[in-house]
Amino acid sequence: MSLIPTPSQTIGPFFAVLAPVVGWQLVPPGTIGAVTVTGTVFDGAGAPVPDALIEVWQANVTGRYAHPADTQEKLLDADFSGFGQCYTDADGCFRFLTVKPGEVPGIGDTMQAPHLTVSVFARGLLKRLATRMYFAGEPANERDPVLLSISDLTIRETLIARATGAATLRFDIHLQGEQETAFFAI
Amino acid sequence: MDRQTDFASALNDPVDPPYLYAGYRSTLLRAPSRPLIPIAHTLSDFTGPLFGPEHVGSLDHDLTRQHEGEPLGQRIIVAGRVLNSDGEPVPRTLVEIWQANAAGRYAHAEDQHAAPLDPNFSGGGRCLTDESGSYRFVTIQPGAYPWLNAPNAWRPAHIHFSLYGPNLTTRLITQMYFPGDPLLAYDPILASIPDPAARERLVSKFDLDLTEEGWALGYSWDIVLHGPSATPMVD
Repeated sequence: MSLIPTPSQTIGPFFAVLAPVVGWQLVPPGTIGAVTVTGTVFDGAGAPVPDALIEVWQANVTGRYAHPADTQEKLLDADFSGFGQCYTDADGCFRFLTVKPGEVPGIGDTMQAPHLTVSVFARGLLKRLATRMYFAGEPANERDPVLLSISDLTIRETLIARATGAATLRFDIHLQGEQETAFFAI
Repeated sequence: MDRQTDFASALNDPVDPPYLYAGYRSTLLRAPSRPLIPIAHTLSDFTGPLFGPEHVGSLDHDLTRQHEGEPLGQRIIVAGRVLNSDGEPVPRTLVEIWQANAAGRYAHAEDQHAAPLDPNFSGGGRCLTDESGSYRFVTIQPGAYPWLNAPNAWRPAHIHFSLYGPNLTTRLITQMYFPGDPLLAYDPILASIPDPAARERLVSKFDLDLTEEGWALGYSWDIVLHGPSATPMVD
């Protein structure tokens, strides 16, 4: 017999009464190869969303997840959990300090290009929105099964963070509308 | 939302609300308009953040002991088990809660409800489930509060819950309600869940066994995480 799962409800506007259990810095400042990802969450009218929680989850630089389900023989970094949380500020902005992950296995023999899985929670979202952030100029993007599964190039492009400097990336999230981000059925 | 999206949501989410639900006004500009893109689960989804005792303070589970004095309101114990859809316990998983105070006001700068703040109540807590998947919080009964969704709209008393489970597919944020609350029948956020049996999952039960004599009322509430292992529902 299978139990009926507990349904999702919105995170609401006041979740910040509880501080995030982990912060936006997945690596300490000054880490070699660290990149800062910043972005803004927009609603369908183009207004910033100041009450969203953004979560990222990623493999380490070798392409291994800090989780028992990942049994690859790649180096594990005890100091890198791969998880980060950020509450958007009054301008709808979030940021993460992290490192670019390595490639990770996909379905069958495929490999997936370096990416962060990104979850969005907000007032007005009755359940989580799941997306991914990939890195601009990464050759592995050309053979990533998830990117290739999106035939509309404009939509595919919403998953690619743009470099705005040597160690800074921009990844905006549009919940709805013309520039709507690609969201996945998880 | 178009039919394709509804179909996709129905396939993936037999119990969850849709993104777009007109009765909850904030969804109108925040629900995605395109169908969700199907994705095959990989290691990126079958992994996820794990937490341990280092993430939880010794008094984090007791929202009545986070300040010098005791908060005002009816003391309650909220406890239950976190299970997977096969009914097996989910041990060592992080459970986080946040809520309004007894007057129905959050300790949050953006909450404009003209009800008093309580200097002895912040309204946030966390704990880890034990080996049997059990969690337990001590807090006070949250008050109902008005919101701007519609004229004379009030949210039923509720406690927000956030859970992680064993991997990303089980990540869940939801709300727990109280039995017999007359506001439940008017709440669009609860009503956004299409299946009444699934809706019922969010209502806790008064539990005399959990109630502590002369001290606090007990409410029990089990949480069932869904993930890729979920099989079609059997009633």
